[in-house]
Amino acid sequence: MRIGIDESGRTGFDGEMTDAKLEQVLGNFKASADAWSEAAYSRPRTVAVVKHWSWRAAAGWALGCVVVAGSLTGGMHERNLNKEHVRTLAAQRALQQQVAAEQKSTSEDADLLAAVDTDVSQEVPRAMEPLAQLMDEDTIR
Amino acid sequence: MMAAGTAVKPMSAEAAEDLSAQEFVRVVEAHRPQIFRFLLSSTRDVDLAETLTQECFLKAHRNWAGFRGESTAMTWLMRIAINLQKDHWRNRRMQFWRHTRTNSVDLDEASDWLPSGERSVEQQLLAKEQVKRVWKAVEDLSERQRTIFLLRYVEEQDLGEIAQATGLSEGTVKAHLSRALHKVRAEVGGWR
Repeated sequence: MRIGIDESGRTGFDGEMTDAKLEQVLGNFKASADAWSEAAYSRPRTVAVVKHWSWRAAAGWALGCVVVAGSLTGGMHERNLNKEHVRTLAAQRALQQQVAAEQKSTSEDADLLAAVDTDVSQEVPRAMEPLAQLMDEDTIR
Repeated sequence: MMAAGTAVKPMSAEAAEDLSAQEFVRVVEAHRPQIFRFLLSSTRDVDLAETLTQECFLKAHRNWAGFRGESTAMTWLMRIAINLQKDHWRNRRMQFWRHTRTNSVDLDEASDWLPSGERSVEQQLLAKEQVKRVWKAVEDLSERQRTIFLLRYVEEQDLGEIAQATGLSEGTVKAHLSRALHKVRAEVGGWR
């Protein structure tokens, strides 16, 4: 018997024919594919048990993460505030020192001027001494 | 036939969805072994065949609403399986596996599955060797020729069904099948 492929694709066309031997071989090939597939299809399968996270665990983790993130953010914020505070205090201190220094310098100037008024302005030059004596006598009289 | 005046209650969207889901389950149950067999004989890799079968039905499920019944469900599923298989081989990473064939079973193992029937030991050995030769020839076929050959001689589909599943004309299918058969015959005949 000679087989091939016909109009419906089942047997014989255009001289491309298979003989009985090939038909038998192809039948065996199909039988082997069927048997293998059937065995593989119905083999027991090992299913890996994947532990799914419950929503409670997930919520716990989420909450934990929020708390940790909050603490870190809060800590950093506080640290920044402290730094800012120290910087402000230092600036205030520097300003106070500057003001104090200016005040000190002003009072020193005033003292100097006063000293000039009392000591220098009342000191009579030598050339004017006779007049100064006359004034003193007039004052006595 | 419905009696005149009988009120027809329109099917709710949920009921239609349920019906569609049930129908899909039936299609899966009916055709899963066949799709698996085709993918197994194409890849000679049980794990890969299982993965591709899963993907095939997943894809079918996603597109189930779009299935218009222009071809049989089997042909539609086979078309998806063929495309998945094609994509798989085209994948660069998988090209490596195709060349090394580390995951697929060797030809001896594939031909071990031949049922003994009522054959003598000698006949069994001969048949096993011949089947091994066919597997070897199938391995050496081009991707398209292999698909067509397997659809014809393992899935026993006719030319029209193969043409629909592969998206080729019947003439092209015939030509590819002829070449594939020629190579198989040469492989088996060369050994005899």
